[in-house]
Amino acid sequence: MPRLKRLYNWFEMRLQLEGPVKEAVLHPVPKKTASWFYVFGSAATTLLALQIITGIFLALIYVPSGSDAWRSLDQLNHQLYLGWFLRAMHGWGSNFMVAVVLVHMVQVFTFGAYKFPRELTWILGVFMLLMTLGMAFTGQVLRFDQDAYWGLGIGASIMSRVPLIGGPLVDLLLGGPIIAGATLSRFFALHVFVIPGILLLFTATHIWMVVKLGVNEWPMPGRIVRRSTYLQEYHELTKKDGLPFLPDALWKDLFFSAAILAAVAVCAVVFGPFGPGGQPDPTIIQTNPRPDFFFLWIFSILSYLPPSLETPFVLIVPIIGICILLALPLVAGEGEKSWHRRPVAILVLVTVAVSFGVFTHLGTRTPWSPHMDAWSSNPVPPRLIHDASPLVRQGAVVFQAKQCRNCHSIGGTGGERGPALDDVATRMTEDQLIRQVLQGGGNMPAYGKNLSPPEVTALVRFLETLKPAGQQPAVDASQQEQKALASQPQP
Amino acid sequence: MSEKKQVTRRTVLMAIGFAFNAVVGAAIAIPVIGYVLSPIKKKSAYLKWISLGALDQFPEGQTRLATFVNPFEQPQDGETAKTPCWVRHVSGDTFQVFAINCAHLGCPVRWFPQSELFMCPCHGGVYYADGERASGPPERGLFTYNYKIVKGELHINAGQMPTLADQAMLGKGKSPCLG
Repeated sequence: MPRLKRLYNWFEMRLQLEGPVKEAVLHPVPKKTASWFYVFGSAATTLLALQIITGIFLALIYVPSGSDAWRSLDQLNHQLYLGWFLRAMHGWGSNFMVAVVLVHMVQVFTFGAYKFPRELTWILGVFMLLMTLGMAFTGQVLRFDQDAYWGLGIGASIMSRVPLIGGPLVDLLLGGPIIAGATLSRFFALHVFVIPGILLLFTATHIWMVVKLGVNEWPMPGRIVRRSTYLQEYHELTKKDGLPFLPDALWKDLFFSAAILAAVAVCAVVFGPFGPGGQPDPTIIQTNPRPDFFFLWIFSILSYLPPSLETPFVLIVPIIGICILLALPLVAGEGEKSWHRRPVAILVLVTVAVSFGVFTHLGTRTPWSPHMDAWSSNPVPPRLIHDASPLVRQGAVVFQAKQCRNCHSIGGTGGERGPALDDVATRMTEDQLIRQVLQGGGNMPAYGKNLSPPEVTALVRFLETLKPAGQQPAVDASQQEQKALASQPQP
Repeated sequence: MSEKKQVTRRTVLMAIGFAFNAVVGAAIAIPVIGYVLSPIKKKSAYLKWISLGALDQFPEGQTRLATFVNPFEQPQDGETAKTPCWVRHVSGDTFQVFAINCAHLGCPVRWFPQSELFMCPCHGGVYYADGERASGPPERGLFTYNYKIVKGELHINAGQMPTLADQAMLGKGKSPCLG
């Protein structure tokens, strides 16, 4: 024992770390903050450490070259002992990290922890969120498969919409005229050197400020934050009703971090690594590019914007959003912290969370995308044509052969881009159907040039049979009136 | 005013030291900005005439997929240097060569000869046979490459991924259809 003590003293005399470390870990925190709600920041840090360690292990094998990246991932997955596990840990670790960072942010927002004097901690946190998302996107690129390739195409296409400097920005993003080896190399540099370097620096500063400024006290309705009195009040609170950070708060952080790590490992073992999907060969156009989970909501929004709004929206709205997040603690640096007294803040949070959830869910279903092979793989339900006339059956053939099914479902199968046609005959008359088929409109292409008159007739006859049993077909009220008038005896 | 710093020999030397570092740093760093920006080139520097092969691969009245290797290929590009495009032989010597990339966000459009439509798998952009926008989120028709016929072969002026940033070059011919 004395030998160990001497060894410790030998190092301590030279490093002199005991003082600052003790100060950091033994500083009193408000009693109520030793809570399970305060564990997300430390869990995010643990996940960052996991990402760095697994990332280094993957970098031992991974080849950041356009011609070899995919094969090196394949080798990791299938040929190296536990290579698949490290890829899975890194992939699931990234998903968990984005999720935990978001939960951490929600908790900090709900508890008003961004208010004085912790404004800069929040602002730095916003940049750390952006860098976490940047890591997720660049990581998806390093998986250099078809999704990565076309995801880069989407990124370049968004960049190209920037006025005046769009072209040079695309060149810079791609590192050349096309998505190729140079593109992968620069995303490797971003993912492995640039973003993690800044992220680590920011994380250290963020934690430094947490230690120096103290953990945010549990918000109580009526306890108002004022710049003039807050520091004094906080100091008294920690003195009167405080606990040392170690061990009273830290044990919960440790438990939660271990649980998160275990969850990542379980997901990694059960679900395995992400991809790589198909080889990044642009000439394989039978592909269905999708972004990773955390970017699905953007993918969804991009499909719903009208063409004229798209460029301003994708270029301006993210900047406004980031500016709002950065300005939040400067604008609302004082006042109530309790969620009981901040109804607008909570309403905004719920709205954002629900929108995020809805758009992400839509992104998993992509109802706006045509089903490229529905026309040849989803047959017309037999009951619809069982007793049909030859003309109606011919119409069903036209319906399938002209790929109508790719956007319109019948009997629950087919595309969802256009409306389902199971009851189209109750909604549209013969004339309206003919007009819609020939001229298109309402986001449907015009088929006038592509269909012969007999094909149109057959198709419309078929569509007129599509109504639930017992329901009346759509009628043109004015035509009936005309008929009635014509049939009346002339005076 | 006793707190005001005194100018001494040492503070002057320190200031000169900072200035010296700034000058040397700038002299080294400024040329390196050129290295960072080197991918930015004039559009013409990223375009070359390249053959898609003999004309008889493209029957009149049909639209066929053609592939070419990017003229600016690097050894590390691997299969990403390959580029597909759609060739429509209108009639005689009249062709249309469409970029594979949807004018919306660059996903690969697919040709359906039965309905004579290009459809995009990402957000459902649809184009007619002549490349005009038919429906969906794109704000214009498909990008086209300029072409010429040399000794019975179809040549196109290609090399750069087409995006909305270079409409002037690629939009030649059809005006964008802002539906």
